[in-house]
Amino acid sequence: MSGTGAVIGGTPQARLAATHIAVAVTAFAVAACMGVLQGLSIADFEFPMRSEQLYYISVTAHGVLMALVFTTFFIMGLGYALTQAQLGRLVGLKTAWLGFWVALGGTVTAAYTILTGQSTVLYTFYPPMQAHPAFYIGATLLVVGSWLWGGVVIASYRSWKKDYPDTPVPMATHGILATIIVWYLATAGVAMEMLLQLIPWSLGWVETIDPIIARTLFWWFGHPLVYFWLMPAYVLWYTVMPRIAGGRLFSDKLARMVFILFVILSTPVGFHHQFTDPGISAGWKFAHTITTFAILFPSFVTAFTVIASLEVAGRLKGAKGLFDWIGTLPWKDPFFLAMALAMLSFAFGGFGGAINAAYGMNSMVHNTAWIMGHFHVTLGTTSALTFMGATYWLMPRLLGRQLALPGLARLQPWLWFIGMGIFSTSFHIAGLRGLPRRVYSASLAGEQGGAWADLAQAGAIGGIVLFLSALCFVAVVLGTWLGGKRIEAPAFEFAVPLEPVTEKGLWDRLGFWTIVGIVLVILAYAYPLITLWMTPRFGSPPFQPF
Amino acid sequence: MSVDKYERIWMFGAGGLIVVFLVIISITAATQAVRPPSHIEVVNPATIAEHPEFGDPQLRVEADGRIVIPVLAQMFGFFPDPLEVPVNTPITFRITSADVVHGFQVVGTNANAMAVPGYVSQFTYTFKKAGTYDIACNEYCGLMHHAMVGKITVTEAPGGQR
Ligand SMILES: [Cu+2]
Ligand SMILES: [Cu+2]
Repeated sequence: MSGTGAVIGGTPQARLAATHIAVAVTAFAVAACMGVLQGLSIADFEFPMRSEQLYYISVTAHGVLMALVFTTFFIMGLGYALTQAQLGRLVGLKTAWLGFWVALGGTVTAAYTILTGQSTVLYTFYPPMQAHPAFYIGATLLVVGSWLWGGVVIASYRSWKKDYPDTPVPMATHGILATIIVWYLATAGVAMEMLLQLIPWSLGWVETIDPIIARTLFWWFGHPLVYFWLMPAYVLWYTVMPRIAGGRLFSDKLARMVFILFVILSTPVGFHHQFTDPGISAGWKFAHTITTFAILFPSFVTAFTVIASLEVAGRLKGAKGLFDWIGTLPWKDPFFLAMALAMLSFAFGGFGGAINAAYGMNSMVHNTAWIMGHFHVTLGTTSALTFMGATYWLMPRLLGRQLALPGLARLQPWLWFIGMGIFSTSFHIAGLRGLPRRVYSASLAGEQGGAWADLAQAGAIGGIVLFLSALCFVAVVLGTWLGGKRIEAPAFEFAVPLEPVTEKGLWDRLGFWTIVGIVLVILAYAYPLITLWMTPRFGSPPFQPF
Repeated sequence: MSVDKYERIWMFGAGGLIVVFLVIISITAATQAVRPPSHIEVVNPATIAEHPEFGDPQLRVEADGRIVIPVLAQMFGFFPDPLEVPVNTPITFRITSADVVHGFQVVGTNANAMAVPGYVSQFTYTFKKAGTYDIACNEYCGLMHHAMVGKITVTEAPGGQR
């Protein structure tokens, strides 16, 4: 297959990818410091400078930097690296750098207004709470930069397709292209919210804003955002993890199907975040519930395919029993270990997701600490730990340097897994007992919290373990980047399928599936949004209670 | 190429499980009213102080005996507060906000809805156990968000009989 086994270390393309990863790791490091302070604050551990203002600033910064900056820059870097490795080209290197600077400029602008206390609106920025205009403009620029990234990868794919008209696109690139399609579908919603509502309103051009329309446009973006984080993790699980383990990709065709199902199903689901919102009819909430459950399906398939691919690895090494193949896997490899623990976490996270989407349970856990527990096992472990492991895999291949501090790199995924286990379990239970999310103190107005004070303390201990893990990660990255032994950059190698797809099939028709995706988004949102728009409503003026 | 036999079984199993989930949700939604509050009603937040229902929100008993409680969420409290209601009686909450988005969550129950300025959230809940419950704001609404807590006392009064 063309491009498999390519060496790209030291090329301008590798530098482009590595620079994105560097920004991602920086954002991660800052956000990790804020995370541990929040854990301590919720549990009512006193520390110098603890204040409501600092707490809510840090919740905003942690959310924006982790969920939007770390992920987006990492995925951009990963996308460039995989495309260059598999297709042997990146068309529009200048545009790619432009995208990088636009995204970085936007990030720095937004981060400045957050850290100076002018935009303490959390990463969901629900109006009529109003941030500084530069916050909205900066966030929009981050998205615009990522759109340029998507354009460069798509242009590279088109150029490759001209050279290989009859070859199915290599698996990892297929997954990255699907991720980009989801990202365009998703960000259309938040772009409308920014350009039609938040930016004109924050600049004072219009006086009032409709909070329900804003929330609807936000969650049009907010749920597929989850798949934007998850799909690159799946790409690595499908195409790299079995390779490192010495196995084969169990089913090439089904992997392609999974990514296409995400393209069509990940966006028309947003109302499951708005079950308790007024102004949206029960019928439309139900329609989004159906798609929400449907999107569990590709993850079920992924669980089978990836685990089967790893079993193949064990069998090839001679394992005969029902489970002894597990022991033959490369648990000492930091990349493999991080991926495997991330997958294990996702088993819990996925069940939690199904619970959140069921009406009765949703009202029980909506906006409680349960939700925080939930997305820390999903985004915070499934995606983040996969990305950390992937950084260990990418750095030698991009920088031509050997991974430094390998002992720390092997310890780090365990610390993350254990810390998150404590953190997330505690907050899941506390949420079920009623602890609201995003609170400065678990004792709320001072006298509450009997039912969950000890759980909040356990959560803080989990947070400290997570922080130690984050320190290990940053130490390994810095050590490798600045002082890793120079080596010949290893090749990018991908898992060979048991039965490779040799002819283009249904699941390779990306253009067609994009159109299906667009139609489903229109079906899911056009009617409810237009009805809302046509109903006589009252807008809200801005508030800045921070 | 073909799909492996076990993988096919797995896919049918997963698909079947999803269908079962959806059927259960549909049946409970249709027969036991387990469905999200989806009331559609607007109100002007700018003039909420003069609003007949939300200007000075008070518990009321409708002509047919239903208990209705309008709730105004406002930085950083719920009005009226504290509330007192009888046990085993359906209570209809009607909730809006005077400023930013708040949450209204009776701690330890699944009475949970958003308080959004310009809109009225409405749902009916029956307390099965007497006692005092906290009402927590569960949507970030400013620096004292965590301290936005109300109280509701559920009494053993013969409310069930109306
Ligand atoms: Cu979601
Ligand atoms: Cu509030």
